[in-house]
Amino acid sequence: MDDLYRDYILEHYRHPHNFGTMEDATASYEGANPLCGDRITLQLRVRAGVLDGVSFTGRGCAISQASASLLTDEVKGKPVDEAAKLSSSDVLDLLGIEISPARLKCALLSLDTLQHALGEGSEGATAHAATGGE
Amino acid sequence: MAVEALVTPAAGPLDPEEIRKDFPILSTLTSRGRPLVYLDSASSSQKPQAVIDAVTEFNTTYNANVHRGIYEIGERSTAAYEAARKSVARFINAPDHHEVIFTRNATEAINLVAYSWGRRNIRRGDAIVLTEMEHHANLVPWQLLVQEQDGDLEFIPITDDGVLRLEVFEVLLKLRPKLVAFTHVSNTLGTINPVVEMTRMAHEAGALVLVDGAQAVPHVPVDVQAIGCDFYAFSGHKMLAPTGSGALWARRELLEAMPPFLAGGEMIREVHLRRSEWNSIPWKFEAGTPAIAEEIGMGVAAEYLMALGMDRVQAHERALLDYALPRLQAAHPDVALYGPMDTSIRGGVIPFNIPGVHPHDVAQVLDRVGVAVRAGHHCTMPLHERLDLPATARASFNVYSTRSDVDALVDGITEVKRVFGIQA
Ligand SMILES: Cc1ncc(COP(=O)(O)O)c(C=O)c1O
Repeated sequence: MDDLYRDYILEHYRHPHNFGTMEDATASYEGANPLCGDRITLQLRVRAGVLDGVSFTGRGCAISQASASLLTDEVKGKPVDEAAKLSSSDVLDLLGIEISPARLKCALLSLDTLQHALGEGSEGATAHAATGGE
Repeated sequence: MAVEALVTPAAGPLDPEEIRKDFPILSTLTSRGRPLVYLDSASSSQKPQAVIDAVTEFNTTYNANVHRGIYEIGERSTAAYEAARKSVARFINAPDHHEVIFTRNATEAINLVAYSWGRRNIRRGDAIVLTEMEHHANLVPWQLLVQEQDGDLEFIPITDDGVLRLEVFEVLLKLRPKLVAFTHVSNTLGTINPVVEMTRMAHEAGALVLVDGAQAVPHVPVDVQAIGCDFYAFSGHKMLAPTGSGALWARRELLEAMPPFLAGGEMIREVHLRRSEWNSIPWKFEAGTPAIAEEIGMGVAAEYLMALGMDRVQAHERALLDYALPRLQAAHPDVALYGPMDTSIRGGVIPFNIPGVHPHDVAQVLDRVGVAVRAGHHCTMPLHERLDLPATARASFNVYSTRSDVDALVDGITEVKRVFGIQA
């Protein structure tokens, strides 16, 4: 059990970092895994090429929410081009737990949302990752 | 395959412990060394040895295409395939086994009706009435059809308990819909819908009726003549048969008037370069080589269930529900349960949520203790939206489910709460 629901994962789930909204965000994006009902809205404030503010709101499973909490911690204060380079394996390293194939979508929703938010500039957009059925 | 010899029809309640001996998977252990507590039969059921053996026997002793080979094993395979059709027809009390078309699953059966009957009969402005509790398989094909034909969809709403509001149905029928399509048993809430009454109401308004029986055939006695419906669709894999088996039953006149769905070999009588003549029913709707071994397995599954007696199957699952619901409420008063609490109109499906824990996490922790449940929207996104739930966890029963499965679920929920630091 404890290989997945480690204390720090549950702690990030219950008390996520960077949770909330920013008045002066320059970009935002809503990502979702409809299959699970996981949802994350990520807001970015870019100043002089640096991610000077990052915040998120959302609901979903412990893995998706802890991943968003950890990822926003990671990219805050980083140059945009550096944040854009983060890969799936970087996020899995941040989580530090073994993720089964069935939960990968949960673990990587935050990264997918971040990449879209960076790509969308300050437009703000909504899109949903498509997933399968019963 | 003397299925009758394997299970002697008896009176009195089913003994699930005896039945479990027929299902080899139920005595296996999970990779963590736990006994498998399988509470996801609404997704797909396990298979009894008789079904497994029938498939193996086909593949090892008489594998051959159907309706083609003028040689012994080809004749044997054709005979077994057609005998399976008769078993499935008896299982739902179809008046004529030629009215049973083998399909891959319920989804394909419903699509067959949408494409073949729907494109001919739904015209601009025509209405189709569905319900808010439909599986996507009985929703999306109709969406595509009305988009193409410029028709309209209407929906019978549900109460917060998950019961169809027939007084609204009555009003919707004033729109003179061409078709009413609804599920017999809800895969998410377990609600057993009043199919006989609904069919009568629809017919009085001049509509045809399609019943999605995917969740009914494994759990309640089904008699298409008593229901009086026009189309009845179901999957094999939820009723103890292999994946890839399924069937559509429809009234002969309808099938004869409908154009083919898929075209190719098997479904034709004569082919010329520029035109063809169709085979008679049911083969007109069975283009290409079918899932022979699987449909033979479906015939055996139907015989197995008939030998148990579907009345007893339903009584068993209802008794289990009567045990499970109060037990869950007593052990976990904080856990939200959905669906009708009146178990006389409910099949063995228990959707639930633990406050503060996402259903995926619930299912994951339960898996660690060997309990398999489903988490997500169970292919009923509009229903979840209606109930304002992003997702639910769902435990579901079948003939082999026991009280100790329920006890394992109750204990598993305690474990979920422990991991997530929720006080009981
Ligand atoms: C009520 C209902 N209808 C249709 C289906 C579709 O079944 P299949 O995926 O076997 O086609 C299901 C399966 O989950 C179901 O529960």
